Order: sequence, then C-alpha cells, then structure tokens
Amino acid sequence: MNAPAPARYLIRGAALLGRERADLLIADGIIAGVGQGLSAAGAEVIDADGLIALPGLVDLHTHLREPGREDAETVETGTRAAARGGFTAVHAMANSTPVADTAGVVEQVYSLGRRAGWVEVRPVGAVTVGLGGTQLAELGAMADSRARVRVFSDDGVCVSDPVLMRRALEYVKAFDGVIAQHAQEPRLTEGAQMNEGAVSAVLGLTGWPAVAEESIIARDVLLAHHVQSRLHVCHVSTAGSVEIIRWAKARGIRVTAEVTPHHLLLTDELVRSYNPVYKVNPPLRTSEDVQALREALADGTIDVVGTDHAPHPSEHKDCEWAQAAMGMTGLETALSVVQHTMINTGLMDWEGFARVTSSTPATIGGLEQQGRPLAEGEAANVTLVDPEARWVVDPDKMATMGRNSPFAGTELPGAVHATFFRGHPTVLAGRLNTPHPTAAEESTWTG
Amino acid sequence: MRHLLSTRDLSRQDAIRILDVAEEMSAVGEREIKKLPALRGRTVVNLFFEDSTRTRISFEAAAKRLSADVITFAVKGSSVSKGESLKDTAQTLEAMSADAVVIRHWASGAPARLATSDWIDAAVINAGDGMHEHPTQALLDAFTLRRHWAKISGVPSVGSDLSGMAVTIVGDVLHSRVARSNLWLLETLGASVTLVAPPTLVPVGAERWPCRITYNLDEALAAGPDAVMMLRLQAERMNAAFFPSTREYSRRWGFDDARLAALDTHGLDHTVIMHPGPMNRGLEISAAAADSPRSTVLAQVRNGVSVRMAALYLLLSGDEHQSPATEPTQENPR
Repeated sequence: MNAPAPARYLIRGAALLGRERADLLIADGIIAGVGQGLSAAGAEVIDADGLIALPGLVDLHTHLREPGREDAETVETGTRAAARGGFTAVHAMANSTPVADTAGVVEQVYSLGRRAGWVEVRPVGAVTVGLGGTQLAELGAMADSRARVRVFSDDGVCVSDPVLMRRALEYVKAFDGVIAQHAQEPRLTEGAQMNEGAVSAVLGLTGWPAVAEESIIARDVLLAHHVQSRLHVCHVSTAGSVEIIRWAKARGIRVTAEVTPHHLLLTDELVRSYNPVYKVNPPLRTSEDVQALREALADGTIDVVGTDHAPHPSEHKDCEWAQAAMGMTGLETALSVVQHTMINTGLMDWEGFARVTSSTPATIGGLEQQGRPLAEGEAANVTLVDPEARWVVDPDKMATMGRNSPFAGTELPGAVHATFFRGHPTVLAGRLNTPHPTAAEESTWTG
Repeated sequence: MRHLLSTRDLSRQDAIRILDVAEEMSAVGEREIKKLPALRGRTVVNLFFEDSTRTRISFEAAAKRLSADVITFAVKGSSVSKGESLKDTAQTLEAMSADAVVIRHWASGAPARLATSDWIDAAVINAGDGMHEHPTQALLDAFTLRRHWAKISGVPSVGSDLSGMAVTIVGDVLHSRVARSNLWLLETLGASVTLVAPPTLVPVGAERWPCRITYNLDEALAAGPDAVMMLRLQAERMNAAFFPSTREYSRRWGFDDARLAALDTHGLDHTVIMHPGPMNRGLEISAAAADSPRSTVLAQVRNGVSVRMAALYLLLSGDEHQSPATEPTQENPR
C-alpha cells in the first residue's frame, strides 16, 4: 500500500471567527496547532490574509435526492455543492425513493456519503413508514444502524396526527433522538401555492396561511413539553411562529428552530413574476416576516440556519406556477446570503454565524466531530471565508445539478476560499479540490 | 402594448384606447360585410387548456372579422393529468409562426409565463387564467358600462371613462378572475366599486383592494349602484364548506325577484344587471332578472367580439394611430 504522505497545511494569519488573527496547523486530520508564527515545515502554506476561519458549516436540512431521483441530484453532486458552500457535514433528508425509513436505506445513504468523501453525510430517518403519517418507522433500527441516525423527520410532509407526533417525540428519547417537524397543517394548505396575503389575493393563487404553520408549532411545543422530549422545527417562516417559539423557550420547553437563507432574504412580492424559481415550501412570506426571522436568529430564538437545499430538474420549474415543484437550491449560496442578511446588516458577528451554521446544528444532530472550536486537537473541519469578495450567482456554474437558485443574477458578498474536511481540503482557492482520501478506501469495501 | 395579460397593469390611456377602437369595431359589426383586412396574413392561435366555448368563439369571430388566420388548439389535460407541457406547446406554436396567442388556462399566471419566457415571440392575450384575471371580459364589461353611462350622461362614449359610476360586484370573489380584472379596470376608469360576497369567498388580503367590501347585498343595493354585476357560482364550492347550501347562498347573495323589485323601490331606474355568463338561473340570478330590460347579458356577448377585435388589432397592427375602420378595403373601397 502506498498511502499518500499525511498532508499538512499551514493556514497563515486567518481571523479566527472574525476576531484575532492566528496560524492554524492542520495535520493528520486534526488541528495540530493554533498560534502565531507556527512552523511551515513540511506543510503546504495557505495565505489567509483577509480571510476568516470558521468551523465547517453543518446543514441540518439537505435534500440529496439519492436514492430515486438521481436526475435531480446525487449524493456525489450534492456533497460537492456542500463542500463548495463551506459545509463539512450535511443531514440528508428522508424523502428519497425509497424513503429513508429503514436501516437499509439510511446505511445506503451513509455509505454513499462516505464513498463520495466531500463532507460527512448523516441521514435523517423518516418518522413514519413511507412518510405516510400512519405508522412509526423503525426509528430504533435506524438509530442503531451504522448511520447512527439521531434526527428524524417526515420533511415535505407534516406529522399532522397529534397522537403519532406525541409517540414519536416520546419514543426517540430512548436514543436521544430529535423529531424535526415540517410544520404544515395539511387541511389548511390543500392546493396551497404561495403565502396567503395581499399578493396571493391579487395573483389568484391558493394561499398557504401562516396559521397553518403556527398552529402545528404551537401544538408540538406543548406536546414536547408534555412528554419532556426534544423538538426541532424545520424552516420557520413566519413572525407568528417566532413568537410561539420564543414563548416555548421562555417556559423551558426543549425546542430548537431553523430558518432557511431564502426566508431571511426573499419575500412573496417575487411571486408576482409567476416564475416558479420562487416556489418553495413553506412559501416566501412578507417583509415583516423576514425582519422577524432575522431578529429571531440574532437573539437565539431561532437556533440554526438550515438550507433546505432542494434541487429539481429544469422541467419541474420550466412550466406554469401551479405545475412546478417546490424548492430551491441553497448549499452554494447559504454562506453569502447569511452574511448579507445577518452580518452585513450588523445583526450578528462571525462568532454568531459559526453558532447558527455550525456548532448548534452539530449539537442538535449529535455530530461529535463537527461544529467544534478552532482549537488544538479538534477535528480539522474548517472553512476559510473571504468576507470582502463579491460575486454574481450563476446557477450554471454550481456543483449542484439543480439550476433552481432564486438568487440567480444577484450579487452577494462573501466567498468560500477553502473547506477542510477532516484535515483534507475539499475546496482550495475557491475551487473544488478532491474528496477526502479515505473516500477511495470506502469504495473498496462498500462495493 | 406588447401583450394583454391583466387589467391591473393597464394604463388608463391604453384602456380607453382599446375601448375607443372597440367602438369602431362595433360599427364594422353593423355593416353588411362584417370584415376588415387589417390582420390579413397574420396567424392567431386560440390556445385553450380549459374548456370555454363562449370565450373561444368570441375570439374566433374577432380574429376572423379582422381577416386573420385562426388556429384553435385545445389541449386536453387537467391539473391532475399533466398533459402536454406549456413550454412544448408554446414552442410548437412558435415553429408555426403564430403572431398572437390567445390563451385560456386553469393555472393562474400561465399567460404571464408564456409572455415572459423565451419560449415564444408572439403577442399573448390572456383569455382567462385560473383565479387571476380575465382582462378581455373586464374590457367588454367596461365597454358595456361606458355606453350605458355615456348615454344617461348625454355624452359620446368615445373618449369618456366611468368617472362617478358606482358598480357593485356580487358573488364568489375569491375564485373569480372576472371580479379581479373588473375591479382593477373599473378603478382605473374612475368608477367606485363595492364587492359583496360571503366572508368565506372574500380573499385574505382583499382589505387592501381599492374598493368597499360588504357581506350584505340588500344594503349594497340600497346604496344605489349604477350597475350590479353578478358572478357565476361554481357548484363545487359548496363541497369545500364555503357556504352551507346553494339555497342559503341564493337567499343571501342571489339576485332574486325581490331584489329586482327593490331596484324599482329604491328608484334606481337606470341601474343595469350584468353577468359574464354562463348563468346559473335560479342560483345567483333569477330568470326574471336575467331576462329583464335591465339585463345587459346579451349586449355583453355582442360587445365581447368588438373588444377582442380591438385588442387583437392593437397588439398586432404596427400603427396604433391609424383608425382600423377607415382603412381602404376591398370590401369597402373609398
């Protein structure tokens, strides 16, 4: 065996979490040293003048589409996109075909992630069999599998049956799991096309009322309190939801909440174009909602940013609004959109950014090696960001197969300069580099 | 004007221009030979993703009276079965060199998609899209109202607007593209609008619309409207619990014989009753009301052809300032 010489990288003079500048020595997959004037002996030097070092981003909410919709995305392409976006871990949502509702499917996705080698892929297990909402999936088997599933979600579909939701919340306590709820009251959103309000009234599109999200969140925080379990609320989109979560946290209820980058920036005014690139679930809301979401993310009411990266083949967007699929890509724009909406507005600093994009999502997902401090001995999952860069979003140049970015043509700040995944640069000088070398070993035994 | 997609983005000037040209077209309709050569050699495609015999034949008649070649393309398929994609259909029409596409679609925004995508170059006329708009219906209603208003005001119709007119629109506003298009256009033309509907059939967000909204039809009639426009009620709405029964709907929001009599009691001699058709007699409008001298239903149908001729002419003819009806023609040489 001719194993490549263990790679050493010296990151020279990065601003750690946007504060003091220091060198980071990366060797053997860990941060081997942090300090001033570290020796570059045997190491490839990366000049990080003007760059910010962050713990690698962790996404709690990614749709990788494999197995089943490899025409939309694969684990390989989706994790390339993740690496380019500065991520070192993603949670792959369960709504694949077949649904990730058995140990077999989650292990398949986990293995595909290991084989790809771009980021850590942690499958999310379905709460109910086939996302059907009637029978609990074998949550314990998924938790005990090689994929060690901790986050369970029927995302795309709400666990609307209150008894089933209660049981799921209770059951996952056995292995410290968490239920990530897609909060959407189904009857209130039949045929829903966009946010219900002034714009939907004019456009004649069936409304998706805020109350359909808020009523489920209100019910679920009460259930979580009643059974003393842990609830995660996916993609919070309304000001009213923020108020309910704030109330629940004040009462000590164990609830965490997520917001997508697109809900931090875009509003339902964009739907006036009828361009389905703006069709997403939950829908784009009003500017008042956007403001409330930003403030909630800054004050900790909302804990994390989750991309809800949802690639679709072009024919699913190149059509009438009502026919179009819901969802937007997000992995390669998340960092820039959050910088634009939260940091450049003064609502948050880079330390806060690391909290909402890395350390808290890693804690919620139970990822021991992710979202850690930039300190000696920690796993080297590190992202270098150029905060002064500006770039115009061009979906054709993305690594994801999805071309459905709502930010196409938009100039955004901040660019990923490098991503280190377990000590290996998956992205260097802003370009995709190579997957982690152990990916090749994976493929020999996963077949 | 490149397309006619909605009345909301139609300027007062453009709206009045269409209505004025429609008056000229109407005069053509009264000739022995009801045909102009204005669009000879041009191709107009009627693209219908939703059945609508009335609108389709109205557009067909309009295009034919302007000597255009007319192709009707009825696409089978519903919101459930996807059918042929709009993009493929549009590109097929582009390959056939369509100059204008008249599109009726069950999906709100489909005409806008056609007009703003790079699928096709043709002028797009919205012939009704989902719950969004039906601009030519609103224009023909405005045309009908303007003639009525000009007559009782003793002024010529051409060049005038609807300033000072009070129009009440009654029924299922939530699902009605006719209501939306009328609201925007009537407001642009200076009329004041009152919407009357069950609270369940008023869209959330309508409180920002430039109109008064009430749930009580009798009060609205007592306020003395100059026109009452009844909207068609889709029977399937009852299944979604928008109201308890069609009988209850009819009692509270139907234009029945008692309300017809009430117009006389209130001394509203000039108030007209409108309906876009097809009517549910006995449901939203009584037979007596539909057939009364106040009813403009047939005039609306007649005016529809003139208004659609005007829209096609203005979108397809290069010179907006030339009067279509005075062009020298073979049929009508000077």
